[in-house]
Amino acid sequence: MHVPDGFFNVPVSVGAGVFAAAGVAVCLRGAKRELDDRTAPMAGLVAAFIFAAQMLNFPVAAGTSGHLLGGALAAILVGPYTAVLCVAVVLLVQGFFFADGGLTALGVNITLMAIVTAVVGWAVFRLITRGRPRGRATLVAASFVAALVSVPSAALVFTGLFWLGGTAPIEPGSVAAAMVGVHLLIGLGEGFITALTVSSVLAVRPDLVYGARGMTRALTLRTADGDVQVGQQGGPAAPEAPSAGIGLRPVLVGGALVAVLLAGVVSFYASSAPDGLEKVAADKGLSAQEKPHAVEDGPLAGYSVKGVENQRLSGGLAGVAGVALTVVAGGGVFYVIRRRRRGTDGMTTASAQ
Amino acid sequence: MSAGHHHPIYRPADTPVHRLPPQCKLAAVVAFAVFVVATPRERVWAFALDALLLAAVAVAARVPAGAIVRRMVIEVPFVLFAVAIPLIGTGERIQVLGLSLSAPGLWAAWNILAKATLGVVASILLAATTEPRMMLLGAERLRLPRLLVQIATFMLRYLDVILDQMRRMRIARESRGFVARDLRQAPVLAKSAGALFIRSYERGERVHLAMLSRGYTGEMPTIRDISATGRDWAVAGMLPCLAAVTALLAWSTT
Repeated sequence: MHVPDGFFNVPVSVGAGVFAAAGVAVCLRGAKRELDDRTAPMAGLVAAFIFAAQMLNFPVAAGTSGHLLGGALAAILVGPYTAVLCVAVVLLVQGFFFADGGLTALGVNITLMAIVTAVVGWAVFRLITRGRPRGRATLVAASFVAALVSVPSAALVFTGLFWLGGTAPIEPGSVAAAMVGVHLLIGLGEGFITALTVSSVLAVRPDLVYGARGMTRALTLRTADGDVQVGQQGGPAAPEAPSAGIGLRPVLVGGALVAVLLAGVVSFYASSAPDGLEKVAADKGLSAQEKPHAVEDGPLAGYSVKGVENQRLSGGLAGVAGVALTVVAGGGVFYVIRRRRRGTDGMTTASAQ
Repeated sequence: MSAGHHHPIYRPADTPVHRLPPQCKLAAVVAFAVFVVATPRERVWAFALDALLLAAVAVAARVPAGAIVRRMVIEVPFVLFAVAIPLIGTGERIQVLGLSLSAPGLWAAWNILAKATLGVVASILLAATTEPRMMLLGAERLRLPRLLVQIATFMLRYLDVILDQMRRMRIARESRGFVARDLRQAPVLAKSAGALFIRSYERGERVHLAMLSRGYTGEMPTIRDISATGRDWAVAGMLPCLAAVTALLAWSTT
């Protein structure tokens, strides 16, 4: 979903544009470290792949179909810096060559779909795979959780921006509920397809998966003089090893800050918006018996009867519950997969085929 | 971002709009979009003026209205969202055709529809009158980071190759009786995506090696010099300037 022109006011559009430009600038430096002078052709081809993969529709349920967003997938396959660049380029090309997504909303689109999904996806992926026996099962499960979390995170950031400068008079509380709810479902599909894609790449070319760097077994030559380890860790991947990802700590701290900020935003609005609603209802003699109103504002009606403190609390709780639900759902799936595949540790390179 | 819009909308022709240097057109369209977004939504006439400006450009560039309308399909998801806003919006409610609608919600829906439509039409006109390659050169002239422009260049250059590869894989799947009915078929599609990634990545490696063997040092040589004269800038600047005047008028007549 590309945000069009006019959806956000000018300050937010400009602010997001500055943020996106800064993010892309950082990633340009980072990608040069990841790929050096291969950056242009490699990132270009990966961007073309993401563009193509986004057109690969997969059926979700009867009649509806979803497609990949690809931020988390790209981060796992080619590294976070390159991933942000690739998705940003895809968005730029879609904006300028295909008239998809508003030009003034480019900053918002890049921030949401390139930076947030890739950075959150990568942070979650690193968090899970760090310090674990890194088998293929772990990597695949981590990809699932990373993609699952990355999509609702983008939805949450969208809600935050909407609260700051959205042009539509809808309570950010209900926007958050709707956006996170819907995107949790989308995230499930994204996680499923991302995990399967990463798994299939791991089966054929595990050396291409950035998230699996340093996890493949070194090639051992059995010679007459004994075993000799060949290449692998000392190969071309070695100089890139130190930059194998953004340091985890800054990402985590930043993510926590953003989450706290968002929780504050959501709870603040959940407290003040129903006040306005109630006031209008009282002033105009309108009441909740109006059908569309009562139905559409269902979740909100819940807290508008309570006092301010309660509203603030419930707003915050709703946000926290959404995040917790994501974590629990992701963690549960991860746990189940881990338990099921505990026996198959170590990298299973399917080079035999 | 639905399927089927993978062909750029460039329409070759030789008109004053086509001949303008790409950097001027890029800057003009972005500035135009900013001014449109900054226009207060209550001044309906201002948006009508902006639409007239775009219509004038379309006539000058000889882009038929049909082509523009067909490309505007891209807006549909957000149009649906805009339709929903008056129903779920807050604020004073008015009765329209027996429906209780939110007055600020109606304004917001109008706001998004009008601004998004103007923005989309401006982008379509830009893409229809500027060759993709020239657009990238123009972006480079506007001091966009070189590397970013190079990535976009490679993406555009190989996009059709990758899409063709994907199409061939789809034909191969379907000729073996594959039909994607529900989520159970997703593993097959995911394997296709994985294979596509490997093919794209390996192609990237080959392209890089081919470039190295032809003397690539990390920078692309610029063969075509596209410099803009003051006159070009003045011509291209007419659109955003008129939009800016419209926005100012709209702000002043409160």
